[in-house]
Amino acid sequence: MSERAGQALRHGDDVVCAVRGLTKTYPASRGRRGAPGTDEVRATDGVELDVRRGEIFGLLGPNGAGKSTLVRQLTGLMRPDKGSVTILGHDIVAHPERAARILAYLGQESTALDELTVALAAETTGRLRGLDARRARAERDAVLDELGLTPIASRPLKKLSGGQRRLACFAAALMGERPLLVLDEPTTGMDPVARRAVWSAVDRRRAERGTTVVLVTHNVIEAETVLDRVAVLDAGRVIACDTPAGLKERVSGEVRVELVWRERAPLQVPEVAALRERAQESGRRWTLRLPPDEARAVVATVTGGDAFAALDDFTLTTPSLEDVYLALGGSARQGLVKA
Amino acid sequence: MSVVPADVLAGTPAAQGGAGETPPAELGPRARLWPSLAAVYRAQLSRARVARIPLLFVATFQSVGIMIMLRGVVGGGKEAHSVVAGAAIVVVAFVALNLLAQYFGQLRAGGGLDHYATLPVPPAAVVLGAAAAYASFTVPGTLVTAVFGCVLFGLPLGNLWVLVAVIPLAGAALSGLGAAFGLLAPRPELATLLGQLGMSAALLLGVLPPERMPQPVRFLRDLLPSTYGVEAYARTFDARPDWTLVGVDMAVCAAVGVVSLAVATWAYRRAAVR
Repeated sequence: MSERAGQALRHGDDVVCAVRGLTKTYPASRGRRGAPGTDEVRATDGVELDVRRGEIFGLLGPNGAGKSTLVRQLTGLMRPDKGSVTILGHDIVAHPERAARILAYLGQESTALDELTVALAAETTGRLRGLDARRARAERDAVLDELGLTPIASRPLKKLSGGQRRLACFAAALMGERPLLVLDEPTTGMDPVARRAVWSAVDRRRAERGTTVVLVTHNVIEAETVLDRVAVLDAGRVIACDTPAGLKERVSGEVRVELVWRERAPLQVPEVAALRERAQESGRRWTLRLPPDEARAVVATVTGGDAFAALDDFTLTTPSLEDVYLALGGSARQGLVKA
Repeated sequence: MSVVPADVLAGTPAAQGGAGETPPAELGPRARLWPSLAAVYRAQLSRARVARIPLLFVATFQSVGIMIMLRGVVGGGKEAHSVVAGAAIVVVAFVALNLLAQYFGQLRAGGGLDHYATLPVPPAAVVLGAAAAYASFTVPGTLVTAVFGCVLFGLPLGNLWVLVAVIPLAGAALSGLGAAFGLLAPRPELATLLGQLGMSAALLLGVLPPERMPQPVRFLRDLLPSTYGVEAYARTFDARPDWTLVGVDMAVCAAVGVVSLAVATWAYRRAAVR
């Protein structure tokens, strides 16, 4: 047995959520009048994952990479065509109804809770997770207090700002103390204070109860700071899975250079003209990924002579998860972040 | 580097189910039917304050308006009974059928069902809780309409108590239908359309006295569950009401209610897990 398999055995007990060969294909749709049909789409394609106890495990990828489909299959909302999902020893594909008794899911929509007050949204969700009335009220008060929602407890979600509404939905997700939280972009629209409330609430549960989190995110910066491990998805496949630092090491040989021209690139300068085919152009902005010495040469070129006159701004940065994604051959060349 | 993430190779015990070697973890409790039904009912009822009162006013105003208009056309006696009973039941149809169809249609389209589907709650609790809440919304409007109608047409108020049975039974039948429309319609616009059509049918076939309707229309009227609620209430205006027939009418409402709520529960299950 290889050393890696041996490690797997030692980790075996600690795996909270194991996904094997998970495949889901959306059938091709026939076009209607005026609208062309769509081809068959593999939303998840042989996905394999192991989420360990107590970690924050991220799913990162561009729109349409299959993150939401994967999450729907983890939460029992969608049946896969093939493959297995095992959460804490329970086969979720065979018994999707068990998912609701093991995990809490925070979806992107709040329609079901929108017209309730913050307090009632949390309390009702707790009741529907099987808490008795007294326990639900006590937990509601504790969770709202923890997240700083008590002052707006009696306001309906509909009347709140996007970030506050999201925080109220997160409060509902915390009710019932599930060992696994599946959060689909939990911090969208939140201000830094609310964001911090979310992550410290998660950390507290990790420390006290070993709560595990599966997090879907678009936000590369957040991914780098909160995730223990991250799976990068592209076109339904896991193209990499490691710690954020481990992933970044793969492209540590490269530096990102961003050049912003005043009006247009000075193509009369031969060095600049030569750079053009290696650059990713977006209006006045050029993005290049280069080995450090080449990057230095480029900076020297553009900060002198004719090129400098045309230059508005430039930055040199070490790689982010976004660069990792592009280096791994992610198909969406525009990167991870929503425009 | 393999794309297989957490150091798992095919064929190792871990690859055959991860935590499979340890006994499965204990599941969280299941939410029981009645407590969760009560929780859904309470949550839905709380929405009335913010979202429903204007619509309730519209529903009542509409029925009262119809009665005032028909006052000039309809003399008294049996025809007046139909008009008052019909107008009262139209309030139930407006709220329980039309608004509930819209609510479930929007909930389904907006992904709101995911919230309930990822909670360990029996589907019947969600459907029945919402249906019961919508049926409750109709109580004030139906009472106001009935009392106003009785005064307007000079009918006795003595048997008004029968509404205590008629509203829940007609409410069950119509809200079950509304929930089924909302959950089965492939698009929310269609759910709204079905709800509106059902409401229009209850209005046209319920309020107008059946004696003047042609045979095919009367047949259609017999197919509509709200008709039995109307008939049950209308019969109580007679000098000596035939309580057996009132009971039969209410039994039909109850039977339709059971069937339509069962269909709605099935539709909810189907809509929740795709």
